[in-house]
Amino acid sequence: MSRLLTLNLRIWRQDGPGASGAFESHRLEGVSADLSLLEALDVLNERLIAAGERPVHFDHDCREGICGSCGFLVNGQAHGPRPATTVCQLYLRSFADGTTLTLEPWRARAFPLVQDLVVDRSAFDRLIAAGGYCSVNTGQAPDGNALLVGQEQAAVAFAAATCIGCGACVASCRNASASLFVGAKLAHLAQLPQGQPERGRRTLAMHERMVVEGFGSCSSNLECEAACPKEVSADWISWLQRERRRARQS
Amino acid sequence: MSALPDPQLPAGHLADAWRRTREGLPLIAPARRGAFPLLVVGTGLAGASAAATLAEQGYPVTVLSFHDSPRRAHSVAAQGGINAARALAPDGDSVNRLFADTLRGGDFRAREAGCRRLAEISSAIIDQCVAQGVPFAREYGGTLATRSFGGALVSRTFYARGQTGQQLLYGAYQALMRQVEAGRVRLLCRRDMLDLITVDGVARGVVCRDLLSGALEVHLAQAVLLATGGYSNVYFLSTNALRSNASAIWQAHRQGALFANPCFTQIHPTCIPSGDPHQSKLTLMSESLRNDGRVWLPVRAGDERPPGEIPEQERDYFLERQYPAYGNMVPRDVASRRARELCLAGHGVGPGRQSVYLDLRDAIARDGRDRIAARYGNLLDMYERISGDDPYGTPLRIYPAPHYTMGGLWVDYRLMSSIPGLFVLGEANFSEHGANRLGASALMQGLADGYFIAPATVPAWLAGHGAPVLSPDHPACRAAVARVQARIDGLLGSGGRTPVDAFHRRLGRLMIDSCGISRQASGLRDGLAAVAALEQEFHAEVRVPGGASGPNPELEKALRVADFFGLARLMLRDALAREESCGAHFREEHQTPEGEARRDDEHFAHIAAWGHGRDTAEPILHREPLRFTELQPTTRSYR
Repeated sequence: MSRLLTLNLRIWRQDGPGASGAFESHRLEGVSADLSLLEALDVLNERLIAAGERPVHFDHDCREGICGSCGFLVNGQAHGPRPATTVCQLYLRSFADGTTLTLEPWRARAFPLVQDLVVDRSAFDRLIAAGGYCSVNTGQAPDGNALLVGQEQAAVAFAAATCIGCGACVASCRNASASLFVGAKLAHLAQLPQGQPERGRRTLAMHERMVVEGFGSCSSNLECEAACPKEVSADWISWLQRERRRARQS
Repeated sequence: MSALPDPQLPAGHLADAWRRTREGLPLIAPARRGAFPLLVVGTGLAGASAAATLAEQGYPVTVLSFHDSPRRAHSVAAQGGINAARALAPDGDSVNRLFADTLRGGDFRAREAGCRRLAEISSAIIDQCVAQGVPFAREYGGTLATRSFGGALVSRTFYARGQTGQQLLYGAYQALMRQVEAGRVRLLCRRDMLDLITVDGVARGVVCRDLLSGALEVHLAQAVLLATGGYSNVYFLSTNALRSNASAIWQAHRQGALFANPCFTQIHPTCIPSGDPHQSKLTLMSESLRNDGRVWLPVRAGDERPPGEIPEQERDYFLERQYPAYGNMVPRDVASRRARELCLAGHGVGPGRQSVYLDLRDAIARDGRDRIAARYGNLLDMYERISGDDPYGTPLRIYPAPHYTMGGLWVDYRLMSSIPGLFVLGEANFSEHGANRLGASALMQGLADGYFIAPATVPAWLAGHGAPVLSPDHPACRAAVARVQARIDGLLGSGGRTPVDAFHRRLGRLMIDSCGISRQASGLRDGLAAVAALEQEFHAEVRVPGGASGPNPELEKALRVADFFGLARLMLRDALAREESCGAHFREEHQTPEGEARRDDEHFAHIAAWGHGRDTAEPILHREPLRFTELQPTTRSYR
């Protein structure tokens, strides 16, 4: 039998973008420590539904830390206290019995609130649309082995490419900057020979879109790296500044 | 409903049949393509790749996704890799061998022409993904690395650590976003497709619900492509993402699309087992772990000792014992069934004795912890987070879980369903995997459909059949919207007291018990009655809070679960009708004395394509016979 615990949840409730919001408190008793925090919210929602109240709205899907749907602040930290962990992979065994957890949505101008813990992150899609790709139509590809990529180099590109687009970097930055998100995509493609032809154009276009979408400048706090569930390195942000100079000069 | 259409299989030699077919397809001039708007539902590998490729060719494409971003589609979670026959390595792999493995792996319940085409296209998929910047693993010399994967005797699986699906999806997603930027794709997120619009039996559009405003929208096109994934969530607990659902294909089925082989569902042997009743999903551990992990159970039933205290001679490495040639690498269904049998016999470990050990001890001793961490690090970290156990020090506990559905909407060789103008791609169709899918073949099929097959066959159909796009106030559109509205009103007005999940959980238990790893006639018949009763109870007792306007995740769930009931009944019916054991479909009545599947080629070498019985309650079974020319059915043997 697994350990049971009591959780005090303070959850941001807001009906919609125009409505005013407030924290609402709920006490969950006797929940298994082997549940994830999202599963604890499932339990809470079943109780709210039975009581005829509106359940708490949060984005989620795969529940294994790869789709990037979930994400909110847990006691002020994006995705909660565990490093390299999305909130769906945050298990209650990380918390002491009787803990109070304050849950609130990502707060950033570029991520308008939808409801409760849900925000609109479509700005990330528009950043990718600005240039986060290699322009190659289906059927135009050369042989995959025509371009050799060293093992180390492939691993570096892969590490940058693992960003899941959850928005934790933006939410944890006091300027709500998307520099880590943009830096990671630029770095992924710039480390590979396939990414070279559009390298400069891509850098300038994605950076410009970041400003247009209302993301701030890098605050140099490195909170983004600490919050990133995929541990994308903030070194890519300083690299991004060099890339911009390089792109402007070419 | 509709009779079985001509499957449009190519004539002549299998090899090269796809090239010959393609060369015979009519084309549409580039300048005219703008007059053929298309609709793609779903943005996983199949949907994103098809939408991007068709838009590149100049077709205006509208894309619908229930996610907030196309990048979230569940393809993102595929771990292990993607097969391709590059035929360069000296281990003897070839297009022919991948074709044969696919057909044999599916236990001769797939069309050979489709399997052959898949093998022929596979290599071009890798090239395309590399060109997009997918960071595949590389050898020291810089060439693409491969590994051997679940049941294959050759090394043909390309991979990006344990996140191959993620990287392939991002490649397709980025190609899609490039077309959005170019103005050739209109991307509509947070939309649930809830019905199909047909006129004179031809697909003309869909009805979807805007998940933020709650508004019902009509989207019209010259052709509709469904790439909406599989239906493992009928079992409630599965490896699928929680919102993965069957509503698009199920509603298309209700509008006349035949549903093929619904009982062919794959149970994956290596998942993190269930514990608490509120556990929301079963997480897959890539079966690449079986390359290095040894599966075992205590010899003595009911052995309570921790694994470290069980001496070597009291461990039963049951897959190695029963299948010396393949050992831990036997196909998924075989591994799942053997694990279930031993757990039922009391040898299982962990809570409820519902798991088996997967032990990396010997691999760590042989290769060192660092190399194992380099190979599986992210998987093992995930295991540690979920289970709270250290997989480097103590064996992992795993158990089979529903993972993939081979069944789906019936399509012809050109991926068109029995409704003209409705194409079905990826896991949503019944495809080339027959009765069982090989590891690392789902990604291959999704991308073959999306990058290469549909972009050739959809325009060919449009060239001969395109009709002007309907007006949104056409009676067919109004009727479809009214059908959806009635379903929503029914759920909101039920006046019950029980949340949706409670019903879904019960449906899942019923289905895993009666139509899971092992099936038998009486269990299937009982299951049919129980699902029908549960469905009635659901409609009477469910409580869906809130209203139809604005965000309402409970209403989304209720609509999905309502559709799972009908599909569950069709699965049970199909499993009952298929009086043989083949691939992942194991009927206890049909086994050899050694407990192996007994296939019946004389009576069941066919695709079971079910029509929705609209006026009668009974679905109608059509049989598409399977013919084999290149490779004759043989009994699968992994002993």
